[in-house]
Amino acid sequence: MRLLPYGPRAVLAEYDSLAEVMAVSDGLRAAALPGVIDVVPAARTVLVHHNGVDRAVLEALLQPTDQAPRPVGPLVEIPVVYDGADLAEVASATGMSADEVVDMHSSTTFSAAFLGFTPGWAYLVGLPPPLHLPRRSTPRTSVPAGSVAIANEFSGVYPTTSPGGWHLLGHTIVPMFDPSRAKPALVVAGDRVRFVPA
Amino acid sequence: MIEIINQGIGSSFQDLGRVGYKHLGVGRSGAADRPSHGLANRLVGNPESMATIESCGGLCVRLHRHATVVVTGARGTIDVRHGPPMAVNGSAHLPAGAEVTLRSPDEGLRYYLAVRGGFDVPPVLGSCSLDTLAGIGPRLSSGDRFGIGPDPNTPLSADLGIRPPLSTLIHMSEGPRRDWFTDEAWSLLTTQGFVVSASSNRVGARLTGPLLERRHNRELPSEGLVEGAIEVPPDGQPIVMLADCPVTGGYPVIAVVDRDHLPWVAQARPGTTLRFRHSGR
Repeated sequence: MRLLPYGPRAVLAEYDSLAEVMAVSDGLRAAALPGVIDVVPAARTVLVHHNGVDRAVLEALLQPTDQAPRPVGPLVEIPVVYDGADLAEVASATGMSADEVVDMHSSTTFSAAFLGFTPGWAYLVGLPPPLHLPRRSTPRTSVPAGSVAIANEFSGVYPTTSPGGWHLLGHTIVPMFDPSRAKPALVVAGDRVRFVPA
Repeated sequence: MIEIINQGIGSSFQDLGRVGYKHLGVGRSGAADRPSHGLANRLVGNPESMATIESCGGLCVRLHRHATVVVTGARGTIDVRHGPPMAVNGSAHLPAGAEVTLRSPDEGLRYYLAVRGGFDVPPVLGSCSLDTLAGIGPRLSSGDRFGIGPDPNTPLSADLGIRPPLSTLIHMSEGPRRDWFTDEAWSLLTTQGFVVSASSNRVGARLTGPLLERRHNRELPSEGLVEGAIEVPPDGQPIVMLADCPVTGGYPVIAVVDRDHLPWVAQARPGTTLRFRHSGR
C-alpha cells in the first residue's frame, strides 16, 4: 500500500489488487470513522474525503489485511440484447465466434466492485480472462445509454449517453440509475449481476 | 412566485451540493463559488444551505410578489425595472412586478441570486443543485415559475459582504501523480501563466499554456477525483476540476488547488491568466 498526497482534505491509497481495495473500503465504511465524508474505491485505489480526521486511525484502517470474502450480495438480472457495435471486433480479437463471446459473457456471474465515472455506473468484476481487452484506442464521443460493454477486467452498463472507450457487446432497456427510485442505482457495490439474453 | 423571463447563460439552481452519494457514482455538485453562494443567503437571512441561482449573466427574473433579493459573486450591472436600483452585494426589497436582469459580468464569471425565503424547488438526492455532468437536479428554463418559501423570520444580516478581491495567483499542493510528470512540467506549472479557455464549464476550468509532459505513457486506471484536482490529459493541457467533476477520472492529477483559492478559479473568465504557487501544505 502506498499513500499519495491529495491536498489537506483527502488521502489516496494505492494497492496491488482490486481485492485489497475492496477489503479496505468495506472496512472503512464499517468503521464509520468520524470526519470521513466519502470513501471512493476504484480499480487500484481508495480515495478518502474527510474534513479533519484522526490520521493514525485512518492510516491503520488503510492497511490491507486478510479479510473474509465479501458477503454474497443480492442477484440482479439484467436482460440484454447482444447487438453491440463491437461484438464482431471482440470476437476476432479473442479468437472466438460472436456466439461464444455472448455465451461466455451471459454465463458469468459478475460482482459489483465499486461505482464511479457517472451515477449508477457499476464496475463489474468476474469477466473471464479470454475477454480481457484494453479499452478502444479511440474512444467514441457518444455511447448510447444502456450499452453493455467490457474493458480490461471489467464489464459495465452505460447509465446515460456519454463518451466512452469500452467495447460494446449489446444493450439493455433497464435504467441503471433513477434518482426518483427508493434505490436510485440498480446495482450497488457487493451485488451479483447476471446478463440474461433477451 | 418568481418567473424566469430569460434563463441567460449557465443559469442553474445551486446549493451546498450532494454529500455522501459518491458510492453511487454521484458527485457533490453545488455552487462553484461556495463563499459567494453562502454570502447571498446570509444577506437575505436564509440558511446557507438554501438554493440560489448561479448565473453567468443574461438572467432576467420577474417577481409576482414582493420579496427581498440579493446578487453576489461576479461584479456587474444589475438592471431593475419597476423597482428600486440594485448593486452587487446589496439586498433590496422589491415590489411585485419588479424585473431584475443581470448583465454580463465586468469582473468574475458567476453571479448568485438569492431571495429571502428561498426558491420552492424539489431536491434530488438531498440537493437542489443541477449537476450538469450527471444530469441530476432541478432544471431552470425561460418561462418557468417557482414559488418563494416562507419568510425565515430572521433579522436581515448586516454582513458587510467584504471578501478579498478576485485573485489570479492560485495556491496549490502536490497531487497524487506528481511523480508521473517531469521536473520541467512541475517547474512550468509553478512559474508560467495558464490561460482559462472558453471551453471551461462547471465540470472544470480548462487551461492552455506550456505542455506539461509526462515521464511515461502508462495508462492510469480510473481513480477518485476531488474538487480542485489539476488533471492533465495526454495533450498536456491542465484542467482544474470544479463543482460538477466526476467521482472518478482517468488522467493523472499533478496538483490540488487549495480549497480557499478554488472560488477564484471558478470565477476566472475565459482569457484570464492564472498562476499557480506551491502553498507548501
